[in-house]
Amino acid sequence: MKTFGYTRAGTVADATRAGGRFIAGGTNLLDLMKLQVEAPDHLVDITRLDLGRIEERDDGGLSIGTLVPNSDLAADPRIIDRYEVLSRALLAGASGQLRNKATTGGNLLQRTRCYYFYDTAAGCNKREPGTGCEAIGGFNRIHAILGTSDACIATHPGDMPVAMRLLDAAIVTQQPDGDKRRIPIGDFYRLPGDTPHIEHVLQSGELITHVELPPPPPGRQVYRKVRDRASYAFALVSVAAAVAVEDGTITSAALAFGGLAPMPWRDPAVEAALVGRPATEAVFEDAADALLADARGFGWNDFKIPLARRTLIAVLHEVTQ
Amino acid sequence: MTLIDKVLGREDTRSLTMNEPHPHSWLDAGAQGVIGQPLDRIEGPLKVSGKATYAAEYPAQRLSYGVLVRAPFGSGTIRDVHADAARALPGVIDVVTDYPSFIRNPQQGGEQKAPTQGVQKVDYHGEIVAIVVAETFEAARDAALRVKVDYEPRDGAYVFAAHRDQAERPAPDQIPPHLAKGDVDAAMADAAFTIDATYTTPSQNSAAMEPHASIAEWRDGTLILHGSYQMVASDQMQLAAALGVGKDQVRIISRYVGGGFGSKLGIAPESVAAAIAAKRLQRPVKVAMARQQVFDATVRRSNTEQRIRLAADATGRLTGLAHETLASNLPGEDFFEPAGIGTQFAYAADNRLIDHKLVRLNWLLAGSMRAPGEAVGMLALEAAMDELAYAVGIDPIELRRRNEPAKDPQNDIPFSTRLLIPCLDRGAELFGWSDRKPQPATDRRGEWWHGVGVAAAVRSNMLQKSSATVELTTDGRAIVSTDMTDIGTGTYTILAQIAAETLGLPLDRVSVHLGDGAAPPSAGSGGSWGAGSSGSSVYLACEGLREKLAKAMGVDVEAMTLKDGRAIAENRAVEIAELVGDGLSVTGSIAPGKQEKLHRQASYGAHFAEVKVNAVTGEVRVERMLGVFAAGRILNAKTARSQCLGGMTFGIGAALSEELVHDPRNGKVVNRDLAEYHVPVNADIPQIEVEFLDERDVHANPIHAKGIGELGISGAGAAIANAIYHATGVRVRDYPITCDKLLAELPPI
Repeated sequence: MKTFGYTRAGTVADATRAGGRFIAGGTNLLDLMKLQVEAPDHLVDITRLDLGRIEERDDGGLSIGTLVPNSDLAADPRIIDRYEVLSRALLAGASGQLRNKATTGGNLLQRTRCYYFYDTAAGCNKREPGTGCEAIGGFNRIHAILGTSDACIATHPGDMPVAMRLLDAAIVTQQPDGDKRRIPIGDFYRLPGDTPHIEHVLQSGELITHVELPPPPPGRQVYRKVRDRASYAFALVSVAAAVAVEDGTITSAALAFGGLAPMPWRDPAVEAALVGRPATEAVFEDAADALLADARGFGWNDFKIPLARRTLIAVLHEVTQ
Repeated sequence: MTLIDKVLGREDTRSLTMNEPHPHSWLDAGAQGVIGQPLDRIEGPLKVSGKATYAAEYPAQRLSYGVLVRAPFGSGTIRDVHADAARALPGVIDVVTDYPSFIRNPQQGGEQKAPTQGVQKVDYHGEIVAIVVAETFEAARDAALRVKVDYEPRDGAYVFAAHRDQAERPAPDQIPPHLAKGDVDAAMADAAFTIDATYTTPSQNSAAMEPHASIAEWRDGTLILHGSYQMVASDQMQLAAALGVGKDQVRIISRYVGGGFGSKLGIAPESVAAAIAAKRLQRPVKVAMARQQVFDATVRRSNTEQRIRLAADATGRLTGLAHETLASNLPGEDFFEPAGIGTQFAYAADNRLIDHKLVRLNWLLAGSMRAPGEAVGMLALEAAMDELAYAVGIDPIELRRRNEPAKDPQNDIPFSTRLLIPCLDRGAELFGWSDRKPQPATDRRGEWWHGVGVAAAVRSNMLQKSSATVELTTDGRAIVSTDMTDIGTGTYTILAQIAAETLGLPLDRVSVHLGDGAAPPSAGSGGSWGAGSSGSSVYLACEGLREKLAKAMGVDVEAMTLKDGRAIAENRAVEIAELVGDGLSVTGSIAPGKQEKLHRQASYGAHFAEVKVNAVTGEVRVERMLGVFAAGRILNAKTARSQCLGGMTFGIGAALSEELVHDPRNGKVVNRDLAEYHVPVNADIPQIEVEFLDERDVHANPIHAKGIGELGISGAGAAIANAIYHATGVRVRDYPITCDKLLAELPPI
């Protein structure tokens, strides 16, 4: 860990102008700083800001303050009642202790668990642009099969963001000049391309203040996470689903995926393969074909392709029952 | 012992070599009633209140902080260590390198010589080559990442499969690498049923809660090292040899150890680096290895490739049994994972072959991890026995019954005790084994396949030289002193119980001092011999004290009862404090003898597991487990049970999730933290039941107890693997059984 400066921000405006990396729960950033994977010169502590509330919105949605801890969000009755998929996703992540510390905004920005990203002796374009990707040709069992590039095959490790992607959340920010942005989550993350170190569209000093959830989607909600142990393991594959069925026909479908891609993954082709069609195995197979049409394994993670297919189909059975 | 003590007869010794059976034990005759009781750990309050000082927690004047620097390559020769940038950081005292003296890798347990030294020629990724010392830990950690190691690369052997054909037979050790009897090939050719299957297990890490840590301080030419070590006496010798000083110039203190599991049997790189730096800088140096360094540069359990061949007649009786193992280690290191060790005596078969070979790799050291041999060997043997049971079409417990040997089948000597079949039968009763349907893949509930499995546990029992001094003070208290360690096993408590029972004292009048190399040398904690060996030394010392008390009371020792601090005989009751004069002290020493050659001594058990396997994803969840064990006298029913729970938990990890992965390009450990090296978490552990069968082993030692720390892991993972097969009909022979391996074989949903 390199020596760093520290400021505790009193207002959002102060935080955005303090010129440093924001820190709240620190569950990811501190670990990375100890390993010197991250080495910010200055930390801006935002934990005293008044951004810890969950509030109703006029449109029937919710506004979630960036500092709401994962545990609190998962246990909020409004979340459980209306956004069960989000509560389930939160509880599938990390451990109880981590969820108590981790915050909503921070969790959106959680960095990959790629082994080579974590080891400063390894080449990693995400950690140090231009040093190559040792996961390609190395041990890549947990790596992505969708959205990869020759520069990076790391996954986004989160659970909560997958549910938020499903729910079409919007990320509300404030910039140093006071301007506010409302970024649909579908536009928030970036694929690695040639610049895997750039993971999202936030500008320097831009602070996530809230996450807005629109009214819940129609139909039942399911979050399913496949992992190597029953807790405290990142998703090999996760599927978030909200699907409505009327008279045997799928009238609405939203699906998002974790563990498969460098960002919470959503593919309109998957949903298009379902909507207006009967809730049958053959239709579910079509949805899986759509999801995996461009999937590419890197050896150790080849199994994710059949695993994603099987998990998606099982989730579709469950959610359309 | 002072001269005046000797003259006054207050000091005495009492030694026993186990040449004869030892049927009498004061533990059976004791009146205090504490032996065997499920008592809480006597040091527990210290631990939960943070007052138990672990290695890195001792204060020292002018203490400095060391952080180790690794070689960031798999094989090569260091040209230079560039440390100017590190030295320039505020707070950095120095960057110390000593190529010839730094140790390449840790030493194995019990060795008296230095580990392999010399780090200019680097043999594995992560080898420790320098130490940065600073006024603060933070400065040292920052500086360590600024040290650049310049090197000339060299080709290395990084892939097991690529070098397996060059496997070599290791040098003969205490454990023979090769044993053969009869003709297994002929037995296979003539057999009614055969199994010929290859099982693989990966490298593993002990993942002890407390990382390796040392504080090194030189006082008047003597090194005082607070370390986290399992075997203080031999570790002192290793450290002295590595540093080139006399063995009397090193004192290791290891009072509390936060788990070892074999990884702290021998000295590790942090102790030597701290000692060298402390000497050079003339200040105490503290080094606590980071978790990643524990994975990189301490010790792993070797990966194995095990071929099991079973030849059986039409009734399932084994006629041939072969267990051939390939393991790996660094060049020049003789330790081999003795996967066939339990196979020596587990089952009867006239034709037998046990063989081990080593593949030389540029991976970190392979050495002992909990139950070296059985832990992975039984994953193979007990899965193969399960396969044979299905092939023959009989219950797996019945198969084991039919292959129960009357005598040790390898050495043709009697068993001291052997309760394997009673463990299986009792387990079957408790577990409800008779409800099991013989056919696999018949119990599907929704998305989940359910199944049950059984496996045997065997673990050789060992006795090691061990000594302890027990002192009776003038206020009627007992003080036990030995360099024995408590690595979380309950040593403090069981030694106190042995002393309390033998001397008739309430437990709170017994103090136990452990882990100080200045105390009488003990067996240390390893090989499950700690309780039997160190416990016997305490027992012998107390036996000597009993005789002194009887003499002081003027009665026959057989006629004297000791209870609640009083000696009772001939209608008299006298406070023990009134019999000790100026204090009494006896040093007890136990040593192995002919008994271990005349009898096969081992502890036994049976594991039962119920699992469910998700038909969609291949995820496995353990629903319940039961272990029934026979390990001689149980000294403390609570700590013994905890040992078995821990062992079974290790078994769940080995079966389902633990795998240390080496990068094929440089051999480095890829998953080097606890987020990615998957030890089981609470949510993975179901209700586990443990039961002990009542047993005494008079051939083992005078307290009749046998090893238990490694028994619980032996066979535990195999019971899970067998349950997975029973659930799904899929036999995965490549451990751990992760969902991807099952997925490949599972039918469409």
